[in-house]
Amino acid sequence: MSKTITIDGLTVPFREGQTIMDAALSAGVYIPHLCHNPEFKPHGSCKLCTVNVNGRNVASCTLPAVEGQQVLSDIAELNAERLALTQMLFVEGNHLCPACEKSGNCQLQAVAYYLGMMSPHYNHFYPQREADASHPDVMLDRNRCIYCELCVRASREVDGKNVFGLSGRGIKTILAVNSASGLLGDTDLAVTDKAVQVCPTGAILVKRRGFTVPIGQRVFDHLTIKDLQTGGGHE
Amino acid sequence: MTFELETAANPEGLKRIVIEPVTRVEGHGKVTLLLDDDNRVHQARFHIVEFRGFEKFIQGRPYWEVPVIVQRLCGICPVSHNLGAAKAMDMIVGAKLTPTAEKLRRLMHLGQVLQSHALHFYYLASPDLLFGFDSDVARRNIVGVAAAYPGVARQGVALRKYGQEIIRITSGKRVHGTGAIPGGVNKNLSPQERDVLLKDIDQVIAWSRDAVELIKKIYCGQADFYNGFGYFKSCFMSLVREDGALDLYHGGLRAMDELGQTIFDHVDYSHYWDYVHEEVKPWSYMKFPFIRSKGREEGWYRVGPLARINNCDFIPTPLAEAERKTFKVFGGGSATQATLAYHWARMIEMLHCAEGIRELLHDNDLLGSDLVSRGERALRGVGVIEAPRGTLIHHYHINENELIVRANLIVSTTHNNQAMNEAVRQVALQYLDGQTLTEGLLNYIEVAIRAFDPCLSCATHAVGKMPLEVDLVDAGGNIIDRLNKTSDGRCDA
Repeated sequence: MSKTITIDGLTVPFREGQTIMDAALSAGVYIPHLCHNPEFKPHGSCKLCTVNVNGRNVASCTLPAVEGQQVLSDIAELNAERLALTQMLFVEGNHLCPACEKSGNCQLQAVAYYLGMMSPHYNHFYPQREADASHPDVMLDRNRCIYCELCVRASREVDGKNVFGLSGRGIKTILAVNSASGLLGDTDLAVTDKAVQVCPTGAILVKRRGFTVPIGQRVFDHLTIKDLQTGGGHE
Repeated sequence: MTFELETAANPEGLKRIVIEPVTRVEGHGKVTLLLDDDNRVHQARFHIVEFRGFEKFIQGRPYWEVPVIVQRLCGICPVSHNLGAAKAMDMIVGAKLTPTAEKLRRLMHLGQVLQSHALHFYYLASPDLLFGFDSDVARRNIVGVAAAYPGVARQGVALRKYGQEIIRITSGKRVHGTGAIPGGVNKNLSPQERDVLLKDIDQVIAWSRDAVELIKKIYCGQADFYNGFGYFKSCFMSLVREDGALDLYHGGLRAMDELGQTIFDHVDYSHYWDYVHEEVKPWSYMKFPFIRSKGREEGWYRVGPLARINNCDFIPTPLAEAERKTFKVFGGGSATQATLAYHWARMIEMLHCAEGIRELLHDNDLLGSDLVSRGERALRGVGVIEAPRGTLIHHYHINENELIVRANLIVSTTHNNQAMNEAVRQVALQYLDGQTLTEGLLNYIEVAIRAFDPCLSCATHAVGKMPLEVDLVDAGGNIIDRLNKTSDGRCDA
């Protein structure tokens, strides 16, 4: 008989070594997240996937599932915190959805919709961030980076290139490029690299493709992010 | 002309009358009048009080993003900006559009002009035209029209809805879609979508004919008053097709002078700056363009429906062409200069749009799948289109990394800036000079502005170079200090 935990009262089986997030996704239970991608090692930085386990708040993407855990996730208190965190992500960068080519395919936007975000709530920081279009096929727009490090992990773990890394601390953190000039065009990044495909927002883009998918055929025009990440249907 | 009323010789001590905001126009503007103790007009200005900045903040953005960003200039005719920028980007990507792409863009554009003209005529202008310029202000609005003329109001709503549906189907959304992209479009029309639009098009044409009849009846019923209201002569500019036909999507630039003589014709718009120059003035956020060869005093011009109907040799759809001929006969065979004739010309264009839509919907190219083309890359692109309100110029330079480094937009309302000011001054002299001012009389000024269907949001897209003049005025209206910022950013006290 397999081991189980409960998430919001639902019994969820897990295999040895799975995290709570792994077990939830396998069972079709959605826990909002941005920095987590099942293809990569957990990162635990965005904190959207925070759940309450036996009375303590923990990141579900990093905490191993243990027999008998009582997990609370879809509750008002945690959803309010998730919403606040998402709003902070919006105001800390320059996320201008109406003009962004990732709109409709963007996980940050989709999570915001899922959480019922109706406004940024907080004052915008409007940080000065550089766009780097020096690469012939890939554009890096730091305005939209949420520091999930998925590109960092993909470049190291899949592409074997180490093109990206985070530099600086706190609010001054930036996504740095590993070349003498600091420019993307001077790295060995290729448009086919996993690091180019994995960005959940519009920070890393394949050039000249913007808006070629019409409204109505974008990923989140018909699916919620919950549907997409749990393989579910329409809500 | 009335340049002498642009700036009063001795503004000290004059009464200042302000109409703010100007209502039933797109965007925010105001009119200021300076009058003496006998209510004689010494200065009349139409100001745009919005500040936007698109030319500046798209710098550093990738070119393929621009058609979607710049359409946020406007919520009424975003398709014009989407298409104007996309045409400029066609040059940058070296595209020659496929028949499917060009026809889908044309359909989108005709839908947009139809809805915009319907919005202006029924929602914004008809209260003046149906009730009278100085009628009871309480009902001089679309709600009043709906109560007194419910059939007319319903047609206006339905026509606008139809145009919006075309935009939604071709671009994904009724407002701010993503249809046109560099080198083409991102979707075609499905047979089902085509059939939905075909179902109502005959009714749309019939309503558009009703609209032409309505404005003709109103105009001709008070012909002397309408012809003389805010009358002045000017040059006209618009795009025309190679054979001289009215073409709202593409063509060469044609300009005629106030006597109807050609100034230039079939000009390749990618060098528009050889023909049109933009002047800046310290009291307005909006520039004042003029035709170079005529100079700033005589070279200002009008664009939009009146310019297009005057300028074209014919309209390539039969019902609208018949109406153009009637319009031409009414004007004595030469260019019609009357300010209020804009309304009539606008409805002829709306009929043309409806006919053009029906023609396109029977063209199977709309269902094609060859949507995008690319060619040899360029670093500069210019796109020009006839937006609902007139000629719209988009001009961009990119760098080798494909980011915008410079942009210049000349929107329809900017072309009409001097003409709108002229109309305001003419009406001020005709009807307000020496009179006791009433709300009804002040509405005469607004009626003159509304004829142009100005979009003030679109017209104030520049940032960084605008000159500014700040006056410190004491309680008696005397200017005690003045600060000038010139177009190069210098401040002179």
